[in-house]
Amino acid sequence: MRKWFCLLLAVVILAAAIPLTGCSKSESEEPYKIGALFAVTGGNAPLGEPEKQTIDMMVKKINDNGGINGHPVEVITYNYESDAAKCATYAEKLITEDKVVAIIGPTGTGDSLAIVDACRDAEIPLISCAAGVSIVTPTATNDKHWIFTTPQLSVMVIQKLYAYLLTQSITKIAILTDTNGFGVDGKNNLKAQAATYGITITAEQTYGGSDADMLTQLTLIKNSSPQAVVCWGTSPGPAIVARNMTTLGMTNIPLFGSHGIAFQSFITAAGASANGVIFPCGKLPIVDSLPASDPQKDLLTTYRDEFNERYGNGTANTFGGHAYDALSIVVAALENAVDETPKDINSSDDTLQTVRGKIRDYVETKVNSTGFAETGGFPGTAGVFNMSAENHNGLAMSCLVMVKIVGGKWTLVAE
Amino acid sequence: MTTEVFVQSLVSGLTQGCIYALIGLGFTIIFSVTGIINFAQGEFVMLGGMLSYFLAKSAGLSVFPALIVSIVIAMLIGAVLYLTAIRTARKASVVSLIIITIGAAIFIRGVAGELWGADPVAPPYFTGDGSISVLGASIQYQALWIVGVTLAVSIVLHLFFSYTMIGKALKASAMNRTAAGLVGVNTRTMSLIAFTLAAALGALGGVVIAPLSLTSYNVGAMLGLKGFVASSIGGFRSHILTILGGIALGVMESVTIALNWGPFRSNYKEAIALVVLLLVLLIRSRKLSEEERAS
Repeated sequence: MRKWFCLLLAVVILAAAIPLTGCSKSESEEPYKIGALFAVTGGNAPLGEPEKQTIDMMVKKINDNGGINGHPVEVITYNYESDAAKCATYAEKLITEDKVVAIIGPTGTGDSLAIVDACRDAEIPLISCAAGVSIVTPTATNDKHWIFTTPQLSVMVIQKLYAYLLTQSITKIAILTDTNGFGVDGKNNLKAQAATYGITITAEQTYGGSDADMLTQLTLIKNSSPQAVVCWGTSPGPAIVARNMTTLGMTNIPLFGSHGIAFQSFITAAGASANGVIFPCGKLPIVDSLPASDPQKDLLTTYRDEFNERYGNGTANTFGGHAYDALSIVVAALENAVDETPKDINSSDDTLQTVRGKIRDYVETKVNSTGFAETGGFPGTAGVFNMSAENHNGLAMSCLVMVKIVGGKWTLVAE
Repeated sequence: MTTEVFVQSLVSGLTQGCIYALIGLGFTIIFSVTGIINFAQGEFVMLGGMLSYFLAKSAGLSVFPALIVSIVIAMLIGAVLYLTAIRTARKASVVSLIIITIGAAIFIRGVAGELWGADPVAPPYFTGDGSISVLGASIQYQALWIVGVTLAVSIVLHLFFSYTMIGKALKASAMNRTAAGLVGVNTRTMSLIAFTLAAALGALGGVVIAPLSLTSYNVGAMLGLKGFVASSIGGFRSHILTILGGIALGVMESVTIALNWGPFRSNYKEAIALVVLLLVLLIRSRKLSEEERAS
């Protein structure tokens, strides 16, 4: 009996080994390995999900078109469930076990901050998809040498909003912010920059998690007689705020949102109350209104159409775009600055480390008007990037537009 | 604080509190009959809201049929949860069973996220998005539905536990499981009924609040926590104290926002539930140790 068992075991092992040797990859098939960390579930899921979907879509497209310099690309993606501790664990895994050449993500600011030190110490480029300024500053110390980020930074978005408010002669605002990381970051920035623009904050209120309505906060806000309400949060909070303002008859006070409401789901959820809401954001929602001369127009149209075709109409959003930019940058670096084959990289830690360094140097010195003179920088979905040693985000204020919801549709606000 | 703000905060607090009460009742019923804290309770609130939205959207059901079908589906899931995960492990310790419910919660949330995506959704209001004005405060029609439904459920539950055979058997199992078994109550069936009933209450709460608060696959944990606090106020045994506790918690949170003074601001609202929970535990643990000493 035992003999039979041993024999059977041997057969099973042999059988298992055949396909292994059968499909051992030839040199040209071995892929470049890039790591990605996204919050596909949990609080940041509305951002992390389109990021992951974007990467899946891009990897297929790149490999269908012959890969990078003839080599396929593989993106190893981990869902860290909006949990900074898990994010740190997965980052460690990407660096030491999966031996990727660069990391894309994470989705959130807090999660990015949780891994910047590990990336610096391991000397691996991190291209974050989160908007907190602290991720890439200060650049004077060597701490952020390896860290880059692709979204428009939160500070910039608020400057854009304040500048617009002044053109509308609005100087008294009430702020209503989410208690999550995005809302707190927004609140601090809104307060810190108000004085510079001569804006007074008449009331500051917050809302959290499972609130059924924000009627009490809005009544307090109404009584403070602001000229406008600024709501800083991600779905579903701002949609409830918009609806509650209608309920309270606050129709004469305009509602301004953050780029966190640049989702179709905001319009669906807020219904008719969404009309009239104005928010600063990247150009994706209003790409059709851009002039043909805009360096981002073709890229944005292609990204939006391909995403919508694959994942359903109206699903493309600016957040998936941040992952698009991050991967595009890494791919450009691999194409233009890396001669090592994936086989070399995957078999030698020294080569891996050299390649990581080459990618970092390329991003800092070439993802700008030096490397892409024609377009005045590296064109992405968020804007035209001009990275430098001092600026590891590289976006300018001009990549932001003001968007107004009219008749349930995003429209470009003329400035 | 103006009257307008105060009345508005009472109205909002009552609305929110009713939901906490419905969720809390689920905790109370399951604990009193089985001795288990069901941490998947919040997920049934999520299921109620999400099911009602997607039934209305894809199956074209109108509000009330969608409400009933959602609750029935949630009850089935509650029953399946008991039969597959809890009953099969009935020889395990209570702590293990509680851990199983945490696992179940994660599982339900994960499946919901896969099925329905991460975007928040807004089911339609039961009777339009209008509101009435009382002393300067706005009461949305949906808030009236929430309060009405909670009141109706409280009365029906009271009648059920006082006058029906099953209700009395449940009550008996809650008082003394062994004695109830000795007089012929099938305590396992009672546990099944408790899980199903709790699922129905949670889902009902989810269906009525979703048009106001919107819902998404991950709202369960937060609402579950608030319901847990409501139930703890009732000592996990008293239905009426759970309902009052839930409403009190909602009103306290809301009045904190309205005060807008010192530590009583919207920023600190989320801390109220935890402070209440701490106080309840402190008071109850003293009571328990006194009882022990007495015996």
